[in-house]
Amino acid sequence: MAKKMYREAVRDTIFQEMQRDPSVVVLGEDVVGGMGTAGGPEAIGGIWSTSGGLYDEFGGDRVIDTPISESAIVGAAGGLALAGKRPIAELMFADFIGVSLDQIWNQIAKFRYMFGGKTKCPAIIRLIYGAGYNAAAQHSQSPHGIMTGMPGLKVVMPATPADVAGLLRQAIRDDDPVIFMEHKALYGMKGEVPDDPDFTIPFGHARLTRAGQDVTILATGMMVGMAERAADKLAEDGIGADVIDLRTTSPLDEEAILDSVEVTGRLVIVDEAPPRCGLATDLSALVANKAFASLKAPIEMVTAPHTPVPFARELESAYLPNPDKIEAAVRKALAYN
Amino acid sequence: MQLSREDLLEAYRRMKIIRDFEEFLHDEIAKGEIAGFTHLYAGQEAVAVGVCDHLDADDKIVSTHRGHGHCLAKGCDVEGMMKEIWGSREGLCKGKGGSMHIADADVGMLGANGIVGAGAPIAVGAALSAKIDGKGKVAIAFSGDGACNQGTTFEAMNMAVVTKAPAIFVFENNHYSEHTGFEYAVGTDKDIASRAEAFGMKVWRADGTDFSAVHDTMSEVLEYVRAGNGPAAVEFDTERFYGHFEGDPQRYRAKGEIDRIRAERDCIKKFRESVTEAKLLDGAELDKVDAEVATQIENAVVAARAAERPTAEDVLADVYIDY
Repeated sequence: MAKKMYREAVRDTIFQEMQRDPSVVVLGEDVVGGMGTAGGPEAIGGIWSTSGGLYDEFGGDRVIDTPISESAIVGAAGGLALAGKRPIAELMFADFIGVSLDQIWNQIAKFRYMFGGKTKCPAIIRLIYGAGYNAAAQHSQSPHGIMTGMPGLKVVMPATPADVAGLLRQAIRDDDPVIFMEHKALYGMKGEVPDDPDFTIPFGHARLTRAGQDVTILATGMMVGMAERAADKLAEDGIGADVIDLRTTSPLDEEAILDSVEVTGRLVIVDEAPPRCGLATDLSALVANKAFASLKAPIEMVTAPHTPVPFARELESAYLPNPDKIEAAVRKALAYN
Repeated sequence: MQLSREDLLEAYRRMKIIRDFEEFLHDEIAKGEIAGFTHLYAGQEAVAVGVCDHLDADDKIVSTHRGHGHCLAKGCDVEGMMKEIWGSREGLCKGKGGSMHIADADVGMLGANGIVGAGAPIAVGAALSAKIDGKGKVAIAFSGDGACNQGTTFEAMNMAVVTKAPAIFVFENNHYSEHTGFEYAVGTDKDIASRAEAFGMKVWRADGTDFSAVHDTMSEVLEYVRAGNGPAAVEFDTERFYGHFEGDPQRYRAKGEIDRIRAERDCIKKFRESVTEAKLLDGAELDKVDAEVATQIENAVVAARAAERPTAEDVLADVYIDY
């Protein structure tokens, strides 16, 4: 085990996989950085410091610094994948899916099905997402619900450095297109990461991070840590919570969710995205449909409001879920008779 | 470069397969037997064949909604395609794709595409893959005068230039983007190639109804791109014999326009005239190809009609490789 930051786990996993497999290719805006400048290549190494040193080690054919052209980046990833490579494309901000959505939605997600199951498209699109940087409405969103709603994509949302390593390596070795969502506010998070160069975490297996009998809390990404803090506080009052980090929203570990709710009978879903037609409503429908008889209280959803992400510190804080809101939702669920 | 008799005959056969494939479909669609939207390639055969004649299975192409010709020219199976268009589970895409989504990666055909302009970025990706492999292979994006106005096409051209990708942008200007005239929709003065040139590429222009002009031009283009000079673009002036889609009443056409282009700009007719006048091939051997191709297409239609239909269970297959 080595202690690493979330961002280092991204960079190191890509580095190791590029060493292992010559078909792994990286592309995106400023993934090298400094191309065509006095500072020269590697002046940046990715604005999130997730691709430092890759260009020096693997060269410009495999570490492709692109113009600001998100459609072409995602489309090129699709073409590289159809031609036999394993591209890892970075969209600097998840919000930029707007300009590249056709290539995600109509192209890479559909190739396999539309072409009768005879092609594979092992492309990874890394989306750097989430609020917490006061980056306002176009640089803070969490579009995992949109991605999860697209058949053909797998959607991965690691919450810890170890999960970054295990899930990203799995994504790189996976033969389907993967949307790999890295929460920008977690990049500085430190944690133990296994040294095993073949450490993978299979998709569709949730992680139980706290165990309790009274309530189930579902979360992803940055919400996991908040749910854990709420659970730890509730534990001081003798309230036990299962905190389930879904890890992947597609495929979804339905069994882990339903098994827990069948024991606790109370469910709080935490989601950083707005409430309508999203992950929280989807999970709520799942439980209402498949574990209705186990429920002892209405399902509580702690989500962002149905608004764009605001800028000012006070506004963004009010927008985001937090441990207090989660705790209040748990207490509300427990108070219901 | 003068092609051998065998190569000319083979090129003629390919063009004729495309023509008959489309003419048959035109009739069958009118009968209401085929589901969905179909966009016929008839009239443009010299481009698909003149381009793909230079490629092998390791060279990739990405096509458009009007993709039957590119698929057939690149080597997709005639019967497999016909079955696909009929929606059979024996089709090239098991009835999941239909006319607009035919693909066969085994022959380097990375997909027709229902989204105008979506193919160019994908071709750049395939070209970047070829660049990594370093074996002189290329990827070709077929686009029309409609796709030349899409931002994705611009992004792809710039990215190809910046990354020196061995991509070739083949613009087939058939003068209509759906139901709108080229002269209205393309702001550049009667010219697509100059746009590509402005992105920093070497460009070529040729008459897309003249097979040997297409073939000769592509020899030069491919020699340039395979040599590692980066991307290139070529604009072929061509003609679309049918509407945007089957069922299009084509009220936008000039009076007598279709008769005129069929009389004066039919690439297959022109090919026949030129090779017989030059005594490279004689009429009898071309007639023999005509008869063989007609039988091949008729048989493909019969096979498509009789082919196994997909079932409700097939809906769920092939979304993921492993889920």
